[in-house]
Amino acid sequence: MTDYRQKYQTTPVIGWLMKDRGGMILLAILGLAIILVPAGNLLVPKDSLFHVPTWALGLLGKYLCYALLALSVDLIWGFCGILSLGHGAFFALGGYAMGMHLMRQIGDRGVYGNPLLPDFMVFLNWSELPWYWYGFDMFPFAIVMAMFVPGLLAFVFGYLTFRSRVTGVYLSIITQAMTYALLLAFFRNDMGFGGNNGLTDFKDLLGFNLQTDGMRSSLFVASALALAVCYIVARGITRSRLGKVLIAIRDAESRVRFTGYRVEHYKLFVFTVSAVMAGIAGALYVPQVGIINPGEFAPAASIEVVIWVAVGGRGTLYGAVLGAFLVNYAKTYFTGVLPELWLFFLGGLFIAVTLLLPKGIIGAVPTFGSPDRQSVFVTWRKRLNDRRSRQGGSA
Amino acid sequence: MNAAAMSTASAKAQGGTILYVDGVSVTFDGFRALNNLSFYVEPGELRAIIGPNGAGKTTMMDIITGKTRPDSGDVLFQSEIDLTKLDEAEIANLGIGRKFQKPTVFESHTVFDNLLLACSGGRGVFQALFHRLGTAEKQRIEETLTTIMLTDSRDALAANLSHGQKQWLEIGMLLMQEPDLLLVDEPVAGMTDSETEQTSKLLRTIAKDRSVVVVEHDMEFVRDLDCKVTVLHEGSVLAEGRLDVVQKDPRVIEVYLGR
Repeated sequence: MTDYRQKYQTTPVIGWLMKDRGGMILLAILGLAIILVPAGNLLVPKDSLFHVPTWALGLLGKYLCYALLALSVDLIWGFCGILSLGHGAFFALGGYAMGMHLMRQIGDRGVYGNPLLPDFMVFLNWSELPWYWYGFDMFPFAIVMAMFVPGLLAFVFGYLTFRSRVTGVYLSIITQAMTYALLLAFFRNDMGFGGNNGLTDFKDLLGFNLQTDGMRSSLFVASALALAVCYIVARGITRSRLGKVLIAIRDAESRVRFTGYRVEHYKLFVFTVSAVMAGIAGALYVPQVGIINPGEFAPAASIEVVIWVAVGGRGTLYGAVLGAFLVNYAKTYFTGVLPELWLFFLGGLFIAVTLLLPKGIIGAVPTFGSPDRQSVFVTWRKRLNDRRSRQGGSA
Repeated sequence: MNAAAMSTASAKAQGGTILYVDGVSVTFDGFRALNNLSFYVEPGELRAIIGPNGAGKTTMMDIITGKTRPDSGDVLFQSEIDLTKLDEAEIANLGIGRKFQKPTVFESHTVFDNLLLACSGGRGVFQALFHRLGTAEKQRIEETLTTIMLTDSRDALAANLSHGQKQWLEIGMLLMQEPDLLLVDEPVAGMTDSETEQTSKLLRTIAKDRSVVVVEHDMEFVRDLDCKVTVLHEGSVLAEGRLDVVQKDPRVIEVYLGR
């Protein structure tokens, strides 16, 4: 293989991107989609074969947000072995931050026509806006909060758990408890986030109606761009020495400690970055689906994300994106055709992937992916041979 | 770093020990793993620690490296740093390297990257994020590769190394940390005879520049090391001295043959 890093020595970033075949394909597809999908929706006449209907545009935009969420899970699970079964919480918090902005944007166009209070607050007989709703009328503030709040929660949560060396299945259970606790909290009307119904009836964003094709295309482009940027950031992290430490933590945590690294600092860093990415995904998701409610905090939703990553192939980043698209397309299809069978299919898929494709779909394609992916197969064969020869020796 | 450097100076001035373990006891669920264990290692010394299974050898390593806290007793590094108050990363950064019984290397990384990760230097998150491989570092890694006889395997994944090579790689990783004290737990378990021989040569070379404590079962290997031997039994020191002297000690014979 050509060593692109030598060839492009002056530009290391391009160098490591070029070396990453799967990532290049992903970025190329995203680049094409950014141009072709909105063009197909806005420019191509409606009766043409190449017209992209608005519902498809919305669906793809939604998948892009899911893909970003899956990417964030792969960053911690695939590279650092942190299996978070509560990442939906960070996604939902990002979504709520955006939802609050969209609520404030409604202004006096709500059912009750109150210029300051969202409808559900009027309904609850609240007389003034809670302090934590202040500032959300400003778009930049909402965007910052969509990243800051999930990041802060992840930081505090991670600080407490990683410092106490909670790992493996115990950590997974605590993340489930975290998202479940948030689910219960957000269900309460007194929390001031719309309770059971959540936030909905959004009208416009930055002065543009959310229902127009132009706005939907813009949201699609924003989602694709966010996914591309986050992919490059995640790839940069995993390619750096820090990424090597993360992989080392995944494989032999105590060795890393005895080598003098503060494992908890590394975990905390990557967990927080991952939560911020999940928050961005949530913030882009809400204007496209038009609602955010506590259901997003459901523990099952977070587990589903892990399945996307497992199906696509963990530890590759682009595999997570692939998995998110495939499983969600299957979900859209199945829930339309055979809604009652979808959960069985999902469960079966997870079992099949775990048993037959432990490295996911990407891992099943030996000629694909970066060299270190292929060598996992070689490793496995080597280990098998080792075991055989050792058994032969002891007999 | 400064405190560590100063204490090195004072230890040398006092002619002190590099490792001072005094009256250490530890109990797990009523089982007394270490019972008033005391021993001392001089700077630049190569020391072998032997003992039957359950004598407390691995627990002793755990205490020195901060994995286990003793119930009582003192563990001092370079005569004045109290190791019982520090955690694994701090102790590692003070200059105490530990090799595990089971070879523990980073299997998904290449041999080169394994050594790179162990390379002494910044351990901070952001230092690692923006780290670029320097020539000096590369040079040191190559030197270590030569020492541990793995130059040809530099780009191989650690998972693909043989058992003996993994042990050497782990020793190499410890060398990259430039430790003053190296703790090596059963380095030759499962090795072939020629690998064992090469390992003892390797350890003797390493011990020229630093103190090395080797825990081992293999008597031939310990004889090869040609150093002072401490015999542990039921969590305390049974005998100490040259191997041929220790082997004649009736209590040692009883412990080893009486079971």
